Amino acid sequence: MDTDVALAKRLARDLDAAFPVLVEAHQDRLYTIALRLLGDRRDAEEVAQDALVRAFRAMRGYQRERVATLRLRPWLASIAVNLARNRRRRADDRQPPNQLEPMLDTGFDLPADARSGPERRADLRETQRELVEALLRLTPAVRAAVVLRHVDGLSVTETAEALGRPEGTIKAQVHRGLRELRATFETSALRQPTTPALARAARLLPALEAIR
Amino acid sequence: MTTMTLSDAGLEAALRDLRVAAPPAVGFGALVEAGLADRYASIETPLGWAFVAWNGRGVSSIGRADDGAAFEARFRAEVGRDIAKADEVPERLGRAIASRIAGNRRVRIKLDLRGHTAFEVSVWMKALEIPHGEVRPYGWIAAEIGKPKAVRAVGTALAHNPVPLVVPCHRVVRSDGMIGQYSMGGPDAKRRVLSSEGLDTRWLEEEAAAGHRFTGSDTTHIVCNPTCRDARRVTPQHRVTFPSLAAAASSGYRPCLHCRPVSLAA
Repeated sequence: MDTDVALAKRLARDLDAAFPVLVEAHQDRLYTIALRLLGDRRDAEEVAQDALVRAFRAMRGYQRERVATLRLRPWLASIAVNLARNRRRRADDRQPPNQLEPMLDTGFDLPADARSGPERRADLRETQRELVEALLRLTPAVRAAVVLRHVDGLSVTETAEALGRPEGTIKAQVHRGLRELRATFETSALRQPTTPALARAARLLPALEAIR
Repeated sequence: MTTMTLSDAGLEAALRDLRVAAPPAVGFGALVEAGLADRYASIETPLGWAFVAWNGRGVSSIGRADDGAAFEARFRAEVGRDIAKADEVPERLGRAIASRIAGNRRVRIKLDLRGHTAFEVSVWMKALEIPHGEVRPYGWIAAEIGKPKAVRAVGTALAHNPVPLVVPCHRVVRSDGMIGQYSMGGPDAKRRVLSSEGLDTRWLEEEAAAGHRFTGSDTTHIVCNPTCRDARRVTPQHRVTFPSLAAAASSGYRPCLHCRPVSLAA
């Protein structure tokens, strides 16, 4: 990441001037990491913003030399992962995890493609929805490894650095995560096809009956 | 129906496709918290609606403008940072500002005064010490900050106060006692703000016109600025006025320790 090396040097020289560049370069990935770890857009927004702010404050307190040699990608990822972990713990204390909203929060707008009809698009959307749900069912440690390694695209070394675990552990966790995700898909292929509208109707039905 | 037998490469590609763009509020919100951009919203003041801008380091600007666009344009030109409208002022900050305007000096409001000189900041911090409903002359600030000759510079600094009402530059008047200029809309606006604090500005200006610069009590032999709360407690039959501190001193009056009246350059 040559651009990050250059950016770290700029941050060390003039933090206020270079920080907006860091925001521009890293906001999407931090938001993605938080969203895929937590499954909730609003939580992800807060975690991503907070991660950027904490990075800024940390760098303000660091010696120049330390800022100049920061490995920004794993460092920022580790801040986001820690904030997401704290948030999830607090949420767990408050209430059982809400399984419905994350499913609706896949965060996608698939490109309108003339060749792929509405059914094909619905299938794709459904696939992504299932993948997002499956990710959220992984244990937090495995999920973090998979999200950093394969959603964010960090190397094994960077993932290990960001999560503070040995590379061997990361490799094993990623392997296990991918296996579990694949298993989900193999099961889902056997299931009855369903659409979001049908699924929602099925959930609402008991309530409607009760009103009547 | 989907049939899914995913290769590793297929699954990895599907995971990569889970990347999304952050909503704009994420990056901008981080810049605001870092003090590298600001948000603004309107607040109600004794002068009607005004705009207040803030960031993670504090309140950065308060001002009146025809509309939000005009306020934004002026902020960008004067401060040089990006700014965006917020739905409303954060609740705590809104309450703190309202409380400060209503006269509570103890409520804490962080101010972002970066880019201003130490002299300007010292003038504004001194203005903060003037109690609600009282006024002091420019020369008083100059003397209090140890620059007794810098009366004009004090006036200029007050005119550049970026956070009027919160820093009460309206409580600083001309050394001859007349009301003086006000950055938030001229002398009339200044009278309105001071009236909202319970000060009778007509009385103030009449006293000034009559040459009554200081007020004393013939029971305590203490002399005050005319609006000092100690002076205002003096009953009419014990009230004496002086054109100068020297005149008060020669009559055996000592300066009030609360409002610390100073000799004003003739």
